[in-house]
Amino acid sequence: MAHAAGANHLSGLTGSSRTILAHYQSQVRTRRVYTLVSIVVFLIVLGASLDFANNANSGKFFERLPYLFDFMKSFVPDSPLEIFRAMFDLPSPYADGSIKYDYTSDRIWITDSFYIPNFFYQLAITINIAIVSTILGASGAFVLCFFAASNMVGSRAVRWFVRRVMEIMRAFPEIVVAGLLAAILSIGPISAIIAVWIHTVGALGKLFFEVVENADMKPDEGLRAAGASWVERVRFAILPQVLPNFVSYTLLRTEINVRASTIIGAVGGGGIGEVFSLSIGRDHAAKTYAIIILLLITVICVDQFSAWLRRRLIGHQSFEFGRGAA
Amino acid sequence: MSSVPTINAAERDRLLATYPQVFHRSLMQRWGLAISAAVVVVYLAFCFAFFNVIPTFVNGNWDRASIYLQDWYSWRAQPRLRFQNGEVVPQWTSRGQYPQGANIPWMQPMPDGGYTVSFGGGDRLDVTPARVDIHLDGRSYPVEITSDQAILPPGAPAAMEQDGNKVMVYFGFEGQAEIRSSQVYIQRRFLGWANFFFDTQSPFWGRSLPEVAGLMLSGERLDPNQSNASLALDNFLNNASWQHADIFSKLTQTLVMAFVGTLFATLIAFPLAFIAARNITRSRPVNWGMKRLFDFLRSIDMLIWALFFTRAFGPGPIPGIAAIFFTDTGALGKVYSEALENADDKQREGVKSVGASPVIVQRYGTVPQVLPVFVSQSLYFWESNTRSATVIGAVGAGGIGLKLLESMKTNADWDKVAYMVLLILLVVFVFDNVSNALRSRLIGRKSH
Repeated sequence: MAHAAGANHLSGLTGSSRTILAHYQSQVRTRRVYTLVSIVVFLIVLGASLDFANNANSGKFFERLPYLFDFMKSFVPDSPLEIFRAMFDLPSPYADGSIKYDYTSDRIWITDSFYIPNFFYQLAITINIAIVSTILGASGAFVLCFFAASNMVGSRAVRWFVRRVMEIMRAFPEIVVAGLLAAILSIGPISAIIAVWIHTVGALGKLFFEVVENADMKPDEGLRAAGASWVERVRFAILPQVLPNFVSYTLLRTEINVRASTIIGAVGGGGIGEVFSLSIGRDHAAKTYAIIILLLITVICVDQFSAWLRRRLIGHQSFEFGRGAA
Repeated sequence: MSSVPTINAAERDRLLATYPQVFHRSLMQRWGLAISAAVVVVYLAFCFAFFNVIPTFVNGNWDRASIYLQDWYSWRAQPRLRFQNGEVVPQWTSRGQYPQGANIPWMQPMPDGGYTVSFGGGDRLDVTPARVDIHLDGRSYPVEITSDQAILPPGAPAAMEQDGNKVMVYFGFEGQAEIRSSQVYIQRRFLGWANFFFDTQSPFWGRSLPEVAGLMLSGERLDPNQSNASLALDNFLNNASWQHADIFSKLTQTLVMAFVGTLFATLIAFPLAFIAARNITRSRPVNWGMKRLFDFLRSIDMLIWALFFTRAFGPGPIPGIAAIFFTDTGALGKVYSEALENADDKQREGVKSVGASPVIVQRYGTVPQVLPVFVSQSLYFWESNTRSATVIGAVGAGGIGLKLLESMKTNADWDKVAYMVLLILLVVFVFDNVSNALRSRLIGRKSH
C-alpha cells in the first residue's frame, strides 16, 4: 500500500527530486532501525533491573502485594478523632497504659500550665534545622562562588580547586557526615545541621557561580576603570545584579532542606523524622497519620510561602530545575 | 581624586527635586539589608542556644573523633598479649588481619619467652610476664606488673600515664598500648587498608602485586579446579572482611532504585501532564484535579513513601523504587504540564486543520516541541535521585545507604565507610557527566 503510493508520487517527479526522495526515505528507514534497537536495549536493561530489584528485595513484589492492602487495612486509627488527640497531645479514651495510646506524657511544658504538643515541637526542630543550615550554607556558598566564577577570578587553578571542593561537598553522602558526627557529638540536631549545611554549600555554590558568570560585566569594567578593589567590584558591580537570583535560589533550597532534614532526622538527627520512623515502625496508626498531616501541611505552606516570596522578588522567572532534588 | 565634581546649591536643589526616588528612599530601601542581616544574626543566636551548641561540642568525644578519622585511611592491628601461667600468649580479635601462625615483623617472640612489639623508630615494648619495658625516644621505662596492677616508674613522660590499675602508653599515630595486670592490649596502626584485595583465607594473601599478576597470568594452578585468574576474582569478591561482592550488589540496588523509579515516574507523568495542561485538555475541573494530584504526590515526603512501602514490601529496592516513583510522578507531572502550557499552539492548529485525530495532533503538533525539555528534566531528576536513593536506603529501603548506616553503627568499620563513600562519589561523578553530556546534546549548552 505504502509502496504503491510511493510509486504514484515518483511518477510525477524529475530525476533530481527522485534522488532526494530516495535519500530521505533511506534516512527515515535508518532512523527507525536505530529507534527500534534503542527501545529493545532499553527494555532489556529495564527488565534486568526489575528482576534484580525483585530478587534483591526481602519480600517479593507479587507475593507481598496482598499484604500491602492488609497493612493499609490494619493501619486505621480507632477513630478519626484519635489523629487529632495524637496531634495535640490530648488524653485518649482508648488508653490502656501502652505507649500506643499514650499521647500526654510527651508534652513539652513551657510554663506550669502551658505546653507545646510534642509533634509540633519536633516539627519546629526540623524546620529550624532546615533554616539554620540553609542560612549557613548560603553564606558559605556566597563566599565561595566568586572564587569559582571565571569572570571574577583569573587563576584557573583557584577556580578548578573551588569547583572540585563544591562538587565533593555536593556529592558526599549526607548520612555519612550525620553518622560520623552522631558518633562523636551523640545523636542530635547538630549533626543534621552540619550534614545539610555541607550539602547546601555545594549545591548552592554551583548555582551561585553560574549566576555570577552570567552577570553583565559593564558595571564591573566601569569600577575597574575607576580603580576599585576586588571587594568593591564584587560589592557594587556584581552583587546588585545577582542578589535577587541568590535569594530566590536560597528560598528554593529552603524547601528542599525541609525535606532533607526530615529524612536525616529519621536516620538519627532528631526532629519529626525520627518520631515518624519510630511511630510507623511500631504500628502506631494515629500518631503516624498525625505526623503525615503535619508534614503535608508544613511542606505545602513552605512551598507556597517561598513561591510567593520568589515571585515578589524576581517576577515570573521559572526555577523548576532542581525542585525534586532532596 | 582631583576629578570629583563640585556643584553649586541651585544645581543641588534641582537634582534633589528631579530624582526624589534616589535621594529620599524609604526606610526599608535604605536599611533593608542591614535589618535583615540583624534579624538573621538574632535568629542564629537563638538557634545557637536552642540547639545547645556549646554543651554539645564540649561534651563531644573528641579523642574518639581522631581515632575514627584515622580509621578512614589506616588500619589497626589489635592483639592482646595475655599473661597465662607465666607465659605471654598473643590473642587476636575476630577481625583477623593475620592468618594463624603468621610471622609478623613488628611482633616477634623473644628468646627468653615474651614478645617484643616495635612501634617504629626504635620505640618498642618488651613484654614479659613480670615486666614490660617501654622503649621511647631512646630511653627505657620498666613497668612493674604485680598480681593486681601495673605500676609506672616515676619520672615517666606525658606519653605514658597511670590510669587506676593500668598503664596507658601513647606512640602517636603508630599506636598505643594498655598494660594491665592480666594482659597488654596493643593497637598498632598502619597506613592503608588491610587485606583490601585478599583476606587471610586466600592463597594470594601476603603476596605482592607483581607476584599475584604473575600467578594469574602464567603460574601453576593453586586450585586445580579453576584458573588462577578466576580464583583471584572469586577471592577478591568474597573477601570476608571487605565484602566487595555485597557492596557492589548494594550499590547496584541503589542505582536501580534511581533508574527504575525515575523511568516509571516519567512514563506515568507523561500522559497525565497532557490531562493537566490547560491548553490541551479543555476542562478546568479536570486540569485542577490533576494538578492537585501532582501537588499531593509531591508534597508527601519521599521519607514517608519510603517508610510506608518498607513496611509493606520489606527492605530492598522495591520500596525505594516506589518512593522515588510517587514523589517524582508529582514533581515531573508539574514540570511537564508547565512545559506543555508554554508550547506553541500554531503547530497543533496546523496539524488539526488537515483533519488529524486528537492523538496524532499531540504526536506531531506538541511532542516534537516539548520532548527535549521532558527528556532533559527526567535526566536531571535521574541524576539527583542517584544521590537521594542513598539516603532513602538508609531509612530502610536498602541499598548502599543501609549498608553505610550499618557499617557506621559498629564504630569500627570506618575504612569500609570510606571505601563506600569513594564508590558513591565515583558513581555520582560519572552519572553527572553522562547526564550533563546527554542534556547539553538535547537542548544545547545555554539552556542549563
